[in-house]
Amino acid sequence: MSLTREQIASIAHLARLELKETEIPVYQQSLSSILDFVGELNRAATAGVEPMAHPLSGLAQRLRPDVVTERDAHEEYQRNAPAVAAGLYLVPKVIE
Amino acid sequence: MSIFSRTVAELAAGLRAKEFSSVELTKLYLDRIEASQPALNAFITVTREEALAAAAEADRALAAGRAGPLTGVPIAHKDIFCTAGVRTTCGSRMLDNFVSPYDATVVTKLKSAGTVMLGKTNMDEFAMGSSNETSYYGPVKNPWDPRMVPGGSSGGSAAAVAARIAPAATATDTGGSIRQPAALCGVTGLKPTYGRVSRYGMIAFASSLDQGGVIAASAEDAALILAAMAGFDPNDSTSVERAVPSYELALNAPLAGVRIGLLKEFFDKGLDPETGKRIREALAVYEKLGAQLKEVSLPSLPLSVPTYYVVAPAECSSNLARFDGVRFGHRCENPKDLLDLYCRSRGEGFGAEVKRRIMTGTYVLSAGYYDAYYLQAQKVRQLINRDFERAFKEVDVLMGPTTPTPAFELGAKTADPITMYLNDIYTIGANLAGLPAISVPCGFVGGLPVGLQIVGPHFGEEKILNAAHVYQKETDWHRRVPEKFA
Repeated sequence: MSLTREQIASIAHLARLELKETEIPVYQQSLSSILDFVGELNRAATAGVEPMAHPLSGLAQRLRPDVVTERDAHEEYQRNAPAVAAGLYLVPKVIE
Repeated sequence: MSIFSRTVAELAAGLRAKEFSSVELTKLYLDRIEASQPALNAFITVTREEALAAAAEADRALAAGRAGPLTGVPIAHKDIFCTAGVRTTCGSRMLDNFVSPYDATVVTKLKSAGTVMLGKTNMDEFAMGSSNETSYYGPVKNPWDPRMVPGGSSGGSAAAVAARIAPAATATDTGGSIRQPAALCGVTGLKPTYGRVSRYGMIAFASSLDQGGVIAASAEDAALILAAMAGFDPNDSTSVERAVPSYELALNAPLAGVRIGLLKEFFDKGLDPETGKRIREALAVYEKLGAQLKEVSLPSLPLSVPTYYVVAPAECSSNLARFDGVRFGHRCENPKDLLDLYCRSRGEGFGAEVKRRIMTGTYVLSAGYYDAYYLQAQKVRQLINRDFERAFKEVDVLMGPTTPTPAFELGAKTADPITMYLNDIYTIGANLAGLPAISVPCGFVGGLPVGLQIVGPHFGEEKILNAAHVYQKETDWHRRVPEKFA
């Protein structure tokens, strides 16, 4: 399998990754060879096999009482933010 | 004998006997870390001040008779575990400036057990790598030979324990990231059962595979530390509600009659013949101890690497979507709009291998390819899981090599990702099935360590720790330290 430049650009866009022009051929080559490599899976006989999403079958999701357990720590958390004002995260203008 | 040749169990005994204080011990290790840093690069952050304060607190507990089995023992944490008030980078430029507001559950538990954090160990970026060469902070060097890689992704933790600049270190294993570096550095690395150790505060890579564990000088040390790390955590939805047994009590059970399955698929043509000899020699020790050896075949196991390279990138692409340049982590300069902010922050913040895995994952999950790749991989994962289930009906533990070869040279496998991925050919199966596994040193090839891998059934930590410890009572491979660090 050989991925085109356009396919790499489209995957990168879906993944919200900006790639440099010089990176595109590198990923074209390596992603194509990875897809060839994992293509081997198609040879496995899997008819009727239940897909396995998780290693511990039968593990049920727990429920907890619907009570507040968190304290307000937004100031602490926002210390790691690149830009904040008045307790809000700042991003470039989204709506004109 | 140097104090640095002592195991965690021996250091803890020395502290309780007042041979030395925790502050004295911690200073010795901090100085040793700093002296080794130019040669090994095993640490990203050294937390001298915090360590000395914690050591002083441990000394007070020791004096007051409030000491537990690990009180005052210095350890290191892989930089994937969040540490409150301390920079947590995950080996990435993306988190170069990230100071965690909270502790991972593993960190909290080891803190309350009285351990002293020396610092944060180097690792492959977001734990994606098998040689520690994808770290934004530069590669770690193998203490046995600085031209060689230490393995990855927990390369810093493994190198630190091998060079005895830390008595033990936490680590994580998604496809072999505890066991493979432990094998290449000649130390003991334990990956517990999925769900045994909380993943809360452990930066996620592939959530159905990631599991925290420990790298130490011996199986006994691994047992002591696992006992402090393990247990139910309501903050991790996949944490298992199951009592933590006393791993220490299980260590010395005799191995007579224990059924050991030799993984046929692991003794294939990909295994370096000299490495294979060391494994056979280790198996002969088990035979002498009265264990029964039996070859078992897991026919779907050879598909574990391709299965992993669909499942892990898929989960990674989804987990790493949280790095958006908005709430924490790297943000690009002067974004022109929100899309530009996302794309450039991520493009600049992530390294080449992380981007490769995010894109592989994005592709296999995208419309039109989901069934062919992702769903098919999940079905093959089930086949591999069933192979293990069948095997554990016949044997108590499975054994084989941890890696196909000893450590390779820095730069030798960076050009071709598939060559690098195949380093984990013997370790990935345990992650796909969620099984506990341990790597123990079992000899050398050309001056480089070889690791024997022992895999157990779900929650069979006692069995594999027992098998590893009894072997370590018969051999001294785990006591070997590189000459420069002896």
